[in-house]
Amino acid sequence: MAREAGAELTLDLRRIVGRWSLGSAGHAGRFAFMILDMIRGLSEWRIYVPRTIEQAMNVGYGSLFIVLLVAGFAGAVTSLQTGYQFTGTLPLYYAGAVISESMILELGPVLTALILAGRIGARYAAELGTMRVTEQIDALESLGRSPVTHLLLPRVIAGLLVIPALTMLADGTGLLVGFLTAQSSLGLTYADFEYGARYFFRPLDLWYSLIKSGCFAATVTLIPCYIGYNTKQGAEGVGRSTTTAVVAASVGILLLDAVVTKLLLVVK
Amino acid sequence: MIELQNVSKRFGSNAVLDGVTLTVHDGETVALMGPSGVGKTVTIKLINGLLRPDSGDVVVDGLHVPRLKRTELQELRTRIGYVFQYGALFDSMTVEENIRLGITREDEARDGAYSAARALECLRLVNLAPEVASKYPAELSGGMKKRVGIARAIAGKPKYLLYDEPTSGLDPVNADVIDALIERLQQELGVTAVVVSHDVRGSFRVADRLALLWQAKIRAVGTPEEILASRDSAVQQFLERDLEMSLIQAEAKGGS
Repeated sequence: MAREAGAELTLDLRRIVGRWSLGSAGHAGRFAFMILDMIRGLSEWRIYVPRTIEQAMNVGYGSLFIVLLVAGFAGAVTSLQTGYQFTGTLPLYYAGAVISESMILELGPVLTALILAGRIGARYAAELGTMRVTEQIDALESLGRSPVTHLLLPRVIAGLLVIPALTMLADGTGLLVGFLTAQSSLGLTYADFEYGARYFFRPLDLWYSLIKSGCFAATVTLIPCYIGYNTKQGAEGVGRSTTTAVVAASVGILLLDAVVTKLLLVVK
Repeated sequence: MIELQNVSKRFGSNAVLDGVTLTVHDGETVALMGPSGVGKTVTIKLINGLLRPDSGDVVVDGLHVPRLKRTELQELRTRIGYVFQYGALFDSMTVEENIRLGITREDEARDGAYSAARALECLRLVNLAPEVASKYPAELSGGMKKRVGIARAIAGKPKYLLYDEPTSGLDPVNADVIDALIERLQQELGVTAVVVSHDVRGSFRVADRLALLWQAKIRAVGTPEEILASRDSAVQQFLERDLEMSLIQAEAKGGS
């Protein structure tokens, strides 16, 4: 009896693993085809360029406030924490180094990407999902037009352009607010802050931040576009796609953060 | 000509179409009738390549649709107008922009003056006022959305028109308006059309021939007279059920 139950459990596990493997392979294949379709569609610039500008305006301008707000708070908190940890133990100019390096290398790119995973990722998945379940994507196809060039490329390119730019602005805002906080709470002078920041700074740091944000931009745009584009089952499906897109993009960012950091530190 | 040759299509374990064969001749209007969920929409999605059959062949204009490459399929679709059940209008675009999207020839689509004039002409063809052009789909009634959907489908001057439940969700008066519109467009444009519907009265009005899709197969095909005279139990059952619905609707209308 126990042996039969054990055999059944093994069979169930095999089935689950088998289904999961097939499902994952299916997703990987469809995702790869979507990217291939996008590369193929790049020649149709007349279609996607105007829509890309429109999307970039929506996504960039609309996200600016929240990105700068979060970056400002991140800079302020980093500054306060640094002051708390370092006062009396390390020279004060180290605060400049910690604030600038942590904002440029980690907090700026990661926090911006996580915010945008919620803001842009949810928007893309919900828009495309709704278009899928209301047959708007089928309608485009039935008119002999490519949904990839009309819908996906503009969204992805807009994200790839706007997210690194927002990250740079977030880095700058974090530095500025971090300095102002350190000045008011620790009495750090601008000269000390600048000395500390320059002491550890390498131009590669900015490239590092830019490369990271580019990778995150791909995650924030491609994953929600894929999930939204493949939505099924009506309004419930749109809801499911939206939450899945945000979760998947956020997890993707954290995974990429670890991988890209490791790779870039080797280069550095 | 549109030909479905022994077409089968399954979704999981559910066999939606099983060996369906149907021919629609040039200039002819065929109404594909059947109860809800029987596979009528799947059939017309197979015709314009939105779905691929599991087996069998679909031939449109001499082209084997399942075997077409992406670019060939896109080119074929420019000759097929498709009217979606719920309009499928792009809600972020105005009515005019929606219709202009239906102009499938690139040179015509890029010509702003031509496409604006064509959008207005299509609005006139579907009996809508030019003022509607600047409205968004959310500002339109159900019947108007259907008409804009038809206007978008005819904007590219297609050779074939596929209507997916053009009167579903409409009250009898609006359904009559749409049926009359389909009839008139067939006469004016002379296209080959497939009208998918579960509305028997409308189907008899617009079609040259009717086909009944029943339990994944084409159960009967013929002229309206031939279908009415059919002794097939499925045909009789389907016609009687629709007659009952018509009576209920008429009673409700009389009572209100």
